[in-house]
Amino acid sequence: MSAAPEEPGPAPAERLPGAAVTDGHPTTLDDVILRVEQISKRFGAVEALRGVDMHLNRGEVLGLVGDNGAGKSTLVKILSGFQRPDSGRIFVEGRDVQFHSVKDARAAGIETVYQDLALVPQLTVYENLFLNREITGLGRVGVLSRRRMRSLAKRYLDDIKVHVPDVDAEVEMLSGGQRQAIAVARATRLNAKILLLDEPLAAMGAKESALIMDLVKDLSARGVSMIVIDHNYAHLFALCDRLNIVQQGKVTVDIRVADTSIEEMTELMVTAFRRQLLAGQAQLDA
Amino acid sequence: MLRWVIRQREATVIAITILTIIYFALRSSALFTVDNIIATMQYVAPFIVIGAGEVLMLVLAEIDLSAGQVYLTAPWFVYWFWSWGVPVGWAILIALALSAVIGLVNGLITVWLRVPSLIVTLAMTFLLYGLVLVGSSYTQEQMTWTKGTPPVAPTQTPPCHGYPLPASCLHAPSWSHPSPYFYYSNLLGIGSWATILWALVVLAMIWFLLKHTRFGVHVTATGGNILAAAESGIPVARVKIWCFMIISTVSGLIGILDLIRLGSMDPGDYGLNIVLPPIVAAVIGGTALTGGRATVLGTLIGALFLGILEDGLSLTGVSANWFFLLEGIIIIIAMVLNGQLNRLAVRFRR
Repeated sequence: MSAAPEEPGPAPAERLPGAAVTDGHPTTLDDVILRVEQISKRFGAVEALRGVDMHLNRGEVLGLVGDNGAGKSTLVKILSGFQRPDSGRIFVEGRDVQFHSVKDARAAGIETVYQDLALVPQLTVYENLFLNREITGLGRVGVLSRRRMRSLAKRYLDDIKVHVPDVDAEVEMLSGGQRQAIAVARATRLNAKILLLDEPLAAMGAKESALIMDLVKDLSARGVSMIVIDHNYAHLFALCDRLNIVQQGKVTVDIRVADTSIEEMTELMVTAFRRQLLAGQAQLDA
Repeated sequence: MLRWVIRQREATVIAITILTIIYFALRSSALFTVDNIIATMQYVAPFIVIGAGEVLMLVLAEIDLSAGQVYLTAPWFVYWFWSWGVPVGWAILIALALSAVIGLVNGLITVWLRVPSLIVTLAMTFLLYGLVLVGSSYTQEQMTWTKGTPPVAPTQTPPCHGYPLPASCLHAPSWSHPSPYFYYSNLLGIGSWATILWALVVLAMIWFLLKHTRFGVHVTATGGNILAAAESGIPVARVKIWCFMIISTVSGLIGILDLIRLGSMDPGDYGLNIVLPPIVAAVIGGTALTGGRATVLGTLIGALFLGILEDGLSLTGVSANWFFLLEGIIIIIAMVLNGQLNRLAVRFRR
């Protein structure tokens, strides 16, 4: 954490596309697991993204902040393969990749964990962990070997220190935090190198938040890189190494958590919001 | 403990069924005679098979109202093809294939054109009912065929508008002079236990499919959280279409078995009358209408319960007019009990 503070402001726009991105300290290309260059996306008349530059270092937790409609979720949808950008490039571990589907993104090692969409409440913990990757015996008949799935699930959850009462419990019976942990565990079990977490702490009590934060830190220490979307600065400051503010379809601020404070971030957002208002006013006046 | 409470869903209907059996056994000595048991089980067999199929539908939060009409139409297909000179065995296979195609159409319209399955299969019921009426030139007068009727050459236009048996094949039903029909009837249905055994086999297969195969997990996942299922790469559309085809095929099968057992069927029979009791059986057995939660065993018990209720009421001399009234009341009581136990289960979780 010996990085010099970066000037807050629309720094990414000053970067040369294709150049190794720095966030205060020099990074080699190998350290950057995901790099996004000049991603644009338009929905009819709405320009959701207008040239986003962003990067993610290996083992890093990056927070994405921004108002609703700023383009965060569009960016995440593009990274997870749900949508295709109109222009721009995505590099995973230095490789130029194009995602035509969620499958492509997954093959590149990017998994998205959605709050409640990820799990089937009526299935057990281990069935969810192995969803569509079930272990079957008896060749091609597709008969489940539940015993193997159960023991593998147990071992894996112990390994990443996720504690659930019983892998045989239906997910419906678990708390929100436990469900989120299972969803994350499933994504990482599938060898995801990059996790996209959409509001992982929404609607969670203190105890449950702690559970997820520990998991995120543990995974990050194991070299899993993560992008977290959240509105709550307290969460983001607890989870993330670095924050990017997304405004009007661009990354306008790129700053390390160690170099800033919640107050400063709030101030940055408000300033940007004012600037936006003034610009809008100017447009109206003109 | 948790599992025990969840199992209560089935326990409720098992308890109610046992109480019903005890009540009727005390009221009537005829309940436990072999003849009565066979008659009741034969009556219940289509409930079991169609109910097991409906479990697949309900897990997916879909419903197939056309299964009852498929049950009535498949025998018609057999008769039709047979009367055109197709050997009975092939006619049965073609009828099963056509039943599967009906399921395929239901599934495709539901999944691709996004018409609710309730409406699609209701329309399919009308369509098939109309097809049978038109195809059989149904008039108010109809003939029933008994097993002793003289044979009709397969190529001749049958002299009646019902569903006569492939009667020529009924000739000389013995192992020494086996006609093709004799084989099928013995294999498929004329032995008095046959439809029951077939029903239990189909039930066991659907239970195994749902509980012990990848496909079953995918069905539950699709019904429980279709977004999660699709997101994990499960081909949810294909899973649904397969289930539509399975229920349609097994309904056709049990219909054909009943044709073989009964010897005749009435084209005026209406499929909705047949499909609703199995759905009730599935639901009082503990299968949720909202998807994701199913019990095949509960469906079996639910079907037995409905059969015993009707049988017991008629044995004890209760007027048939009372049947529906009592059935309605008892179903409501069973469902209320299920709901209460659910709430209890939720409380136990916390």
